[in-house]
Amino acid sequence: MTAQDNTPAAETTARTSDGIRDILRSGAVFILLAALMIGFTLAQPAFISINNLMSILQAVSVVAILGAGVTVTLAVGGFDLSIGAVAASSVMAASYFMIVWGLGAAATVVLVLALGAAIGLLNALLIVRLKVPDLLATLAMMFLLTGLQLIPTAGRSISPGLILPDGSTATGKYDPLFLTIGRSSLGGIVPLPVILMAIVAIALYVLTERTRIGRLLFATGGNELATRLAGGPTDRLKTLAYVISGTLASLGGIVVAARVGRGDVSSGGSLLMDAVAASLIGFAVLGLRRPNVFGTLVGAVFVGVLLNGLTMLNAPYYTQDFVKGAVLVGALALTYGIARKA
Amino acid sequence: MPLLEAHALFRSFGSTRALADFSFSIEPGEIVALMGANGAGKSTFVKIISGVLAADSGRVTFKDRNFAPATPAEASAAGVVTVHQSTDLVGIPGLTVGDALLLNRFVDRNQPFFVSRGRIRREAQAMLREAGFDLPVDRDFADLSAAERQLVAIARGLANKAELLILDEPTASLSATESRRLYATLLDLKKRGIAILYISHRTADLEALADRVAVLRGGRLVESFARPVNFDRAIETMIGRPLASARPDARTATGEPVFELSGAQLLPGSDPFDLAVHRGEVVAITGVLGAGKSRLLSAIFGNGSLADGEMRLDGKPYAPLSPRAAVDAGVAMAGEDRHRSSLMPAGWPGEAITATISLPHLHRWYPTGLITPRREREKAEAAIRRLGIRASGPNASVWTLSGGNQQKVVLARWEAEPGKLLLLDEPFQGVDVGARHDIITAIRSRDDRATLIATSDPEEAYEVADRVLTMDHHSLLQSRRDGDALPVRSREHAR
Repeated sequence: MTAQDNTPAAETTARTSDGIRDILRSGAVFILLAALMIGFTLAQPAFISINNLMSILQAVSVVAILGAGVTVTLAVGGFDLSIGAVAASSVMAASYFMIVWGLGAAATVVLVLALGAAIGLLNALLIVRLKVPDLLATLAMMFLLTGLQLIPTAGRSISPGLILPDGSTATGKYDPLFLTIGRSSLGGIVPLPVILMAIVAIALYVLTERTRIGRLLFATGGNELATRLAGGPTDRLKTLAYVISGTLASLGGIVVAARVGRGDVSSGGSLLMDAVAASLIGFAVLGLRRPNVFGTLVGAVFVGVLLNGLTMLNAPYYTQDFVKGAVLVGALALTYGIARKA
Repeated sequence: MPLLEAHALFRSFGSTRALADFSFSIEPGEIVALMGANGAGKSTFVKIISGVLAADSGRVTFKDRNFAPATPAEASAAGVVTVHQSTDLVGIPGLTVGDALLLNRFVDRNQPFFVSRGRIRREAQAMLREAGFDLPVDRDFADLSAAERQLVAIARGLANKAELLILDEPTASLSATESRRLYATLLDLKKRGIAILYISHRTADLEALADRVAVLRGGRLVESFARPVNFDRAIETMIGRPLASARPDARTATGEPVFELSGAQLLPGSDPFDLAVHRGEVVAITGVLGAGKSRLLSAIFGNGSLADGEMRLDGKPYAPLSPRAAVDAGVAMAGEDRHRSSLMPAGWPGEAITATISLPHLHRWYPTGLITPRREREKAEAAIRRLGIRASGPNASVWTLSGGNQQKVVLARWEAEPGKLLLLDEPFQGVDVGARHDIITAIRSRDDRATLIATSDPEEAYEVADRVLTMDHHSLLQSRRDGDALPVRSREHAR
C-alpha cells in the first residue's frame, strides 16, 4: 500500500533515469517471468498450453498457500519455521482420521484445520507469553511435529488396511469427497487447488494490505513498541499471525493428502523451504523489499514456471533444488543490492 | 591558518538544493556552532566532510590538503570524527557498554588478538575518565537511555584522536548537569587545539561554548556571529522572520482538574507526591535525567505502574493496565525518542504521514475494518495545514521530513481525535527553533484538554507551560513559576 501511495510523489521528483530504474526495480521479476515463458514456448511449444499452465499452478498451489502464511508471520516481524511440519502432520492426521477413525470428508477437514490453528496458537504461546525467540520456538515445534506424526502409526505410512501398533487392521478408507479437493477441477480446466490458492491469496492480500488488521500486523513487525504505545494489541496480533500461518499450513496439508490419497511419512519434505523461498522472492516483486502476499504468489509461480520449463527441456530432477536456490539468491541480490534506493 | 576550509560547495537532491555556494572555515581550537532551520543544509555539509556524501562541486581542504573522504572511516582516520544524533547504532544490544566503547579497537589489527574482560573494563574506564563521564561499563548497551548512548558515542569519538570533532545535537537528550559536564570536556578539548563543529538548537549550549555561530539558510552561510553572540538576532536570521515573544502569558487554571494523582510513589520508598492538571492547562515537569519524569508519564499511560497512589481522570478512578486502556479512556502519549516510540521504519508499511497519524485511531475511523485512503488523507491534510508541516503531501514518508516536522506529525496523531489528557515526553528533541515555536503554539492553542509535558530543558519548560514543576529523586518538588531559581540538585551518578 505504501509503495503505491508513494508513486505520485516519487514521479514528480524523479528524473527519467530514475523512472527507468524504478520500472526495472518494480518490474524485474515480471520481465524475467515473461522472458522465461517466451523462451520456454519457443523451445517447446507445448509449454504454453492451458493444460500445462494449469499443471504449473496446481504444482505451486500448496507452496503458495503456505507461503502466504509465512508472509503474515514475516509481517509481524516473526518467522514460522514449523509450517512444513504442520503440513506434513496434517497429511498424516487427515489420513489417520479417515482410515483409522473412519471419519468423513467434512469432519476431517474441520479437524485438520483446527489442528493447524491449535499448533499456531501453541507457537504464539511460546513466542508471546514465554518470550521464546520466534525462530527457535517454531524450529522446536517443527522438530516436535516431525516426530509426533510418526507415533500413532509406529512410523508407518497410512493407507487403507494399515496395521495399527496394537495389531488390529484399520477399516476406514479415504472419503472420495475428500479426494475431490485435490483431484477435481472446475469445468475440467481449473484444478480445485488452484482455486483454493486464489481464494487464500485474495483473502490474505485484502487482509494484509487493505484492512486495519493488516496495517496493525505490519505495524507490529515494523515497530512493536510504537504500535503498543499507539494502543495496538501487539500480543494478540502476533497470535493471530501464527494462527493464520498454522491454519494455512494445515490447509496445504489437506490439499497434499487429497492429491496423493495416502498418509506418506515423507510427504512435505521440501514445503518449508519452498514456501520460505516464495515469500522471500516476493520481497523483490514490485520492488517492495518487504513481505507481501502478492509477491509471495508471484514468487511461487515464478519458481513453478522455471521448474516446469526446465523439466520439459529434460533437465534432470536433481537439479531442481539448485535452480530454486539460484532463483532465491538472485531475487535477494536484486532486492537488497542492485535495486536499493539511492 | 584554517584547519578545514570549504569553498563554494554545491549539492542537490533531485530538484532540492541542499547546499548552494556554501563556504566555511574553522581554525584549530575553535568551537563553531552551525545553526539553521531544518533543511538549511547543516547535515548535508556535515555528511560531506564526514564521508557520507560527496559534493556536486566545490572543494574542501583539511590541513591544507584536498579532503574528499569516500567513507566515514576514511574521514575519521584523517582526524574528522562525527558523533551522530541517533545513537542506536553506537553499540550492540547484548554486549556491554565497555564493548561498545572499544568496538573500533576490536577491528584494529594492531591490537592483541585475545581480549580479556578485565582489559576491556580497564580501557573502557580509562576512556570514560578521559571524557569525564560516569557510565557503568558492565551494563548491557540495550539498557542504556538515549542520553547515556549519546555519552558513549561522544566518549568514543574523543578516543579516536580527533582533530575536528563534529557533534550533532549532542545535548538533545542530556540533562542540565550532564550538559555542563560535557561543556567542560569540550572546552578542555578546545585547549588541546581540537576544533569542534557543533550543531545544536539549544542557545544554552551555544552560549557556553561557541566562539562563533555560523547561521545557514537555504544552503548558504548567511551570517556569522562572533562572541558575545546576539542569539535573538541569530535565531531571527536563521528562521528568516522576527521572533515572537518567547514566553507566553500563563493562564491560571480554573475548575475541576482533569487528572489528579494523590499519594503517588513512583518507586517503593520514594517520597509520595500529588499532582493535578486542569482542562486547558499546560504543565511541564522538568528535572535531570533519571529523575523519574518518563516513569511518571509511562505510569499514567498504562505502560508501567505506580508503586503506590491513586489516579483519577475526570473525577473517576483511573488505573489503566495497558496503553490501549489509557487511549480508550482519553489519555494519549507521545513518547521520548520518536523514532523508537512512534514511527515505523523507512520502507515499511505505515511510514506515510497518513498512516502515522491514523495508527491509534484505525478502529474508530474504519469500523468495518476495510481501509479507504480518503479519511486518513483528509485528516493528514488537515494536520499539514494546521501545524504547517513541510511535506510533499499527506502520503509522503515521515522519513523525508525533518525532525521538527516529524514531531508535528506525532503531535497530529494525538490531536486527530479529542482527548482528555495529552502526555508529551521530551517533545522538542531534535526540533529546530522554528518548528518548536509552531509546536508550542499548537500545544497551547487547545483548551479542550490538559497537557502534561516532561522535558529535561528548563528553558523549554518555561517556554511552553503555564506551570512548571520539578522532579527529583522520583518525586515532584513544588516550584515557583518565576525566574531561574530552579531547584535542580546536582547528582553524582546519572541513572
